[in-house]
Amino acid sequence: MTHHPFHDVCVVGIHNTEQARVLEGHDSRSITRAAGYGAVADAGLTMRDIDGIVGQTGSDLLYEARIGPIWRSMSGLGIPPLLDAAGAITNGLATTVLIAAGSAGVYTDRASTAPWTRPAHEFVAPFGMFTAAEFALIARRHMEMYGTTPEALATVAATIRNNGHVHPDAVYRGRGPFTVQDVLDSRMVADPFHLLDCSMTAEGGCALVLTTAERARDLPHDPVFVLGGNTDHFGPAYQHPPAWDLGGNVRPDLVVGTVGRRAAEMSFAMCGLGPDDVDVCEFYDPFSFEIIRQFEAFGFCGPGEGGDFVMDGNIGPGERFPVTTDGGLMSFSHGGAVVQLLQRVIRGVEQLRHECATMQVLDAEVAMCTGGGAGALFNDVLLLGRSKP
Amino acid sequence: MTLLRPQTTAVPAPFPSVVSQPYWDGLRAHELRFQRCAACNGITHTPSPVCAHCLAEDLTWERSAGTGTIYSWTMVWRPQTPAFEVPYCPVIVDVDEGWQVLSNLIGIDTDDVAVGLRVAVEFHPIADGVVLPYFRPVEKG
Repeated sequence: MTHHPFHDVCVVGIHNTEQARVLEGHDSRSITRAAGYGAVADAGLTMRDIDGIVGQTGSDLLYEARIGPIWRSMSGLGIPPLLDAAGAITNGLATTVLIAAGSAGVYTDRASTAPWTRPAHEFVAPFGMFTAAEFALIARRHMEMYGTTPEALATVAATIRNNGHVHPDAVYRGRGPFTVQDVLDSRMVADPFHLLDCSMTAEGGCALVLTTAERARDLPHDPVFVLGGNTDHFGPAYQHPPAWDLGGNVRPDLVVGTVGRRAAEMSFAMCGLGPDDVDVCEFYDPFSFEIIRQFEAFGFCGPGEGGDFVMDGNIGPGERFPVTTDGGLMSFSHGGAVVQLLQRVIRGVEQLRHECATMQVLDAEVAMCTGGGAGALFNDVLLLGRSKP
Repeated sequence: MTLLRPQTTAVPAPFPSVVSQPYWDGLRAHELRFQRCAACNGITHTPSPVCAHCLAEDLTWERSAGTGTIYSWTMVWRPQTPAFEVPYCPVIVDVDEGWQVLSNLIGIDTDDVAVGLRVAVEFHPIADGVVLPYFRPVEKG
């Protein structure tokens, strides 16, 4: 038995608000509040039970509800603040932490790509860079090195989009089903990424509540345990050339193209598990290629084998490693700069509670949730389980 | 089949930092510059206060020959903003001195872009005296 203090922390509440291309009547603060209150209710708690909070508008939430003084993390969204919260709980800084994210009314200039895709940095903005182009430069290297094909990328996109096609709450529900050829026939955005290889833009909120395993026993849902997690970062996103081979001075064997490997290895070591123990892969899908890259980086297959891996019947419904089962950033939602970073975790929790209305992975015990990608120079990893290791 | 050309409209201008100013000054003088470390001889780009290899703070600016090889590329058909005319071709160039720069490729048909192409820098003024370094294919030699 491998012990880690995180194993005494559970996710006990989750909530996705309505997700839509545009949420009329909401701004980021209002949709974040709706998400937060939803997650607290799902946990069977009230705001008075919350003694720790994370999120851009977390400060507003705690002020509005007058639940201060409480612990607050200033970190961003997705997996890193979740690890902060788990640490705060195990260290006794807080008992029950709300992590809330939301975005609405931010993307209004539709003639341009979304604002969070194009930071105005001196070495990228003059050359017309935005996220699709950044991630395309990574994908191109893989295609060049290993012969990875557009069909492999399109297989990922079709699989994830079809998961969203049947999800009742997905922004793009009913838009499919999609074939590989449909993806290849969609217009080119940033070669090799066709429109359907790219994530969407949307608005929405989401939140989750963490508490101690001891307290979780008294709450309404099956607790979902934090088994392990870590984050891999190489520097600021969207400023420097996103080269596959960019490496560090300390671990020259780890490069941007394999970002996430270190985090995955450390996460697995925390619970004594490996890729073969994972039942569902809630991987972050900003662009189709990133799924292929992550399967390689995390050790599900060898370097250069990711293209064949996704085409050989591994990632679809009922297959060995079902991927991004709610439709992810491509079809479920992409609520701005950070919301979707947390939604992979929420879907992992839904899978382990065995309460997914669609694409439930039978008897799922372990979920791997991720955020970020090589084009942004970071990749975060979280392992969740129905039980302690 | 479309010939890639420099942008002609007002694309976003860079906002140089104290550290990067010599890089942009060099471009205005039609020089592609990079930083070399006096301690370890290593090259650092993008501009930095410290050597990326040995962390020495003894970096000096050198002029690049401006030649290199395409390391990776993408062809953009949905522009970042309407300021950009499509298609345009972001590339990472392996510059011959041993460093990488992000740029746009011009002077070639969209169907002919490939990793490994030999290229050379070409200087193009945009607004307010700013000069961007683009790259254009050259004959192998």
